[in-house]
Amino acid sequence: MDARRTSRTVIDPKIRQVGFVTPGAPPDRTQSGPPESSSPPVADMSPAGNSLSPVMIPPPRHASDNLLLHASRAVPPISPIRRPGDSIAVGSYNQSDVFLGTSPTTTISPSSKIVDGEFSEELMSPGWAARGGNSGKVAASSFPSGGVDLMPVKSNIPSSSLTTVSVVNLPPGVSEKAGKESIEVQNDRAGSSKPLKEKTSKAERRALQESQRAAKAAAREGKAAGGASAAANPGNAKPANAAKPPPQKKDSASIAASEKKGGERPQEKDRKKEVPPPRMQFDDKSRVEKAKKRAVVKQTEARNRVELFRHLPQYEHGTQLPYLETKFFQLDPMHPAVYKVGLRYLAGDISGGNARCIAMLQAFQQAIGDYSTPPEKALIRDLTAKISSYVSFLIQCRPLSISMGNAIRFLKSRIAKLPINLLESEAKATLQSDIDRFINEKIILAVKVIVRHAVSKIRDGDVLLTYGSPSAVEMILLYAHELGKQFRVVVVDSRPKLEGQLLLRRLVERGIRCTYAHINAISYIMHEVSRVFLGASSILSNGTVYSRVGTASVAMVAHAFRVPVLVCCEAYKFHERVQLDSICSNELGDPDVISKVPGRKDVNYLVDWANNENLQLLNLTYDATPSDYVSMIITDYGMVPPTSVPVIVREYRREQLWI
Amino acid sequence: MWWRSASFILDKQIQQDEKEDFKPESLTSFSLSSSATPLPMADALPNPNFNSSTHDNIPKVSAYYQTRAAHHGVVTGDWLAQAQAAVCRDPSIDIPPPDPHRNSSSSDSGKPFSVIDEFNSWRRQPDLAEAVAAIRALAAVIRSSEATTMMELEIELKKASDSLKSWDTTSISLTAGCDLFMRYVTRTSALEYEDFNSAKSRLLERAEKFGEISYKARKTIAMLSQDFIFDGCTILVHGFSRVVLEVLKLAAQNKKLFRVFCTEGRPERTGLLLSHELAKLDVPVKLLIDSAVAYSMDEVDMVFVGADGVVESGGIINMMGTYQIALVAHSMNKPVYVAAESYKFARLYPLDQKDLTPASRPIDFGVPIPSKVEVETSARDYTPPQYLTLLFTDLGVLSPSVVSDELIQLYL
Repeated sequence: MDARRTSRTVIDPKIRQVGFVTPGAPPDRTQSGPPESSSPPVADMSPAGNSLSPVMIPPPRHASDNLLLHASRAVPPISPIRRPGDSIAVGSYNQSDVFLGTSPTTTISPSSKIVDGEFSEELMSPGWAARGGNSGKVAASSFPSGGVDLMPVKSNIPSSSLTTVSVVNLPPGVSEKAGKESIEVQNDRAGSSKPLKEKTSKAERRALQESQRAAKAAAREGKAAGGASAAANPGNAKPANAAKPPPQKKDSASIAASEKKGGERPQEKDRKKEVPPPRMQFDDKSRVEKAKKRAVVKQTEARNRVELFRHLPQYEHGTQLPYLETKFFQLDPMHPAVYKVGLRYLAGDISGGNARCIAMLQAFQQAIGDYSTPPEKALIRDLTAKISSYVSFLIQCRPLSISMGNAIRFLKSRIAKLPINLLESEAKATLQSDIDRFINEKIILAVKVIVRHAVSKIRDGDVLLTYGSPSAVEMILLYAHELGKQFRVVVVDSRPKLEGQLLLRRLVERGIRCTYAHINAISYIMHEVSRVFLGASSILSNGTVYSRVGTASVAMVAHAFRVPVLVCCEAYKFHERVQLDSICSNELGDPDVISKVPGRKDVNYLVDWANNENLQLLNLTYDATPSDYVSMIITDYGMVPPTSVPVIVREYRREQLWI
Repeated sequence: MWWRSASFILDKQIQQDEKEDFKPESLTSFSLSSSATPLPMADALPNPNFNSSTHDNIPKVSAYYQTRAAHHGVVTGDWLAQAQAAVCRDPSIDIPPPDPHRNSSSSDSGKPFSVIDEFNSWRRQPDLAEAVAAIRALAAVIRSSEATTMMELEIELKKASDSLKSWDTTSISLTAGCDLFMRYVTRTSALEYEDFNSAKSRLLERAEKFGEISYKARKTIAMLSQDFIFDGCTILVHGFSRVVLEVLKLAAQNKKLFRVFCTEGRPERTGLLLSHELAKLDVPVKLLIDSAVAYSMDEVDMVFVGADGVVESGGIINMMGTYQIALVAHSMNKPVYVAAESYKFARLYPLDQKDLTPASRPIDFGVPIPSKVEVETSARDYTPPQYLTLLFTDLGVLSPSVVSDELIQLYL
């Protein structure tokens, strides 16, 4: 690998020169034309994915991101009808943008906040509509043209039509109470605005830029928008936690949802507008607080967390399940099928990337079957929001795997692509068959293809090593055995899950000769191995294999022994992200299970480890294997080197989204 | 760094003298081969697969290497015996092999056209690569086809390419060339034309274009690689590759000053042939025995090899000995360049040396070998991509990882 890289740096310019000389239509290039040219729109599909820093996991909500974009764009066409002035139009547009994107940032000066506070105090009695008008009036005073007085009212409404229309009929009591607190809100926001800055997405940043450009001209408007969002804030503060005003504008949006369908409802509108951070950073206190308030699942934070992994959620296991069970009848917006799947994730009943993904998709399928569009809503938007709320529920049960994220992205893009004039029943049927197709083609068939490819690499007399219990590898071994190949299997396992024992049992039942070893013995057992077959949770763009913890050490030992490492992974699990270590994104398991040894009562040295400040236990779920240790990746598109993962992602992302 | 001074040019005189000594010798050694050249291309080369499977008394020889030997005019004693034997058996064997193909390739009309014959007639041109010959033969299939629907034509083409591929399974470039042709020709909107005749002519046009491109590939590669040969460099060449020869030829024509180390290339002694060709071009050349590679590697600026096949990992399958040269070059930080036409890109992914379809060839040790002694007759090895620096192909100069990129775009 080294040689490859160094030499390339030396010769790069020459390649370019040479490329010019290359004849225009070599046979292969012409073939590759179409997919290349059509890839850009794909990139457009996921603006948030592109805007993310490479390390973060992009949110599985691209469709909603898109909606956000459209929403903010949709505003201007409404306003010019009512107002002739160009500058005004800009102002109103700007305003909406400010409302959506910039209010939590530091661009709003303290003075403006005070003004906002005044507004909300003075306006609390007339209610929301009047308030909008009033704050608008203040903004209007900055405009030179006459008769603009009314404008801001309208301009405010378009923006809120997407965000807070339903707020209009908020019970007056709520807004009054909220209004009283609004000054506090503002103060609080001043404090918390900085850490929030990181969460702006591409769309928001663009909005921010535009608004900043126009900020000097329409400074008041910014204030008005700030006022609007400030006013919006308390509305949500009430259902969530009246005493402690939320630090974030995001809540302004959630009013709509909470108002519409009760306080427990996890804010589908919320999802639509606010672009959540790529992944919760759990060492960010204010955000964790917020998330907790919204959470359906009550999770208790574990104590004594390992310093390096504080940004990952770690909960005490065993507490959520009974709690969720009691809540079953209160969580009406959650579809029972989704609920069931979530609980099973939580209990650990379903594990393994494919199983989890299929379970989730089937639950969504049922949910879509039972779905009916509420009056005055578009199926496309409402269903997307609904799916998002399901997803956030599932995330609370257990963080999503990358494969699930891809599946969700697929589903959302399907929803977004539905023709607008389709009947509801037709749309539902289309989506359900799409999901079926995804499960069949991308998961079940893909595994079959992988098995067929992989078997060609098993020769008589081979000793194959596998780690854990990857489903694809199991099928490969069984199929090779069916074909009558003579081989031996070494199953390597590790605590605490000991998944390998299940695999071992199934293999031995079929009459395959097996050896069972723990990962501690890997360097000893590797002598006799001729091939290593591994599964993967995901493969990232730089060829890094993101898989069950321990995979990296197996691959490294195999590499050191010059044993080829074959990673079997379906292409729908590929991801365009790049990750260099297993720290920045991972999943923490229950630390208790590594402190206990089942069946050994005498090993109790760590009984009350949680009370010891100096002791932290770390139970990681995944690790990242650098591509240098991987000889080959077997995927449904054939056998490719790890360097070709980005090619597959580029060429087939489109197909994965559209099928 | 490895941009050496052209000090060796000072030694040119001495070299010249050496060459004077060397030349008559080489001439004598090649007089044998040149006289033998017409012989090996005996009119109908028996189907080697057939040959090896039915007659166990003859050591298994890969057809690919037979062809190469014939093309390069390198004749070993074993090979001569082999050819002799083949000619003797000719009448008995020659009939059976074409028969199944004839049945399969022209099932509809029973006309006497055979892909294999066509292929063999093309192959007889010494300058034509096997894959290009196959491509031409397949184009001829389209031309002579009497199919009336597109589907029929496609099936016929498929059958022809399958029979070509099964004719010699050891040749990577033949298989890859057939596959590529099928891809290139059938993967076009031509098949959706309503009018069959226009579709067919379109297909034919494409086929001929592809043949043309493949034929010109060598020239393209030679042009591309000129930038990498600088004055005063020393190039180590292993085996006889027509592409590499073309590259060096063009470099010599461009008045570049360089010298070449040729490995001997046992057992076919392909290095001798190459050194002969280079000496004709007035390029200073030095012959090394295969085991002297590491010894002389510190003088070498770059290693230049051809390839039998380029596999999906970006590694190459090439004549035995390439792997060890690449390893030595890698450990001494010398760049290893591979010149290979894009029709040699194959959808193979060997994990290690033994993970290849075996291709064997006879080895003449000059002395009788006791029957108990085993002889490694494998003709080629696999060089993993991490030991290669760049691939010169007609698609451009590629790093090894791009090969898989191209293959994915082509086949999926």
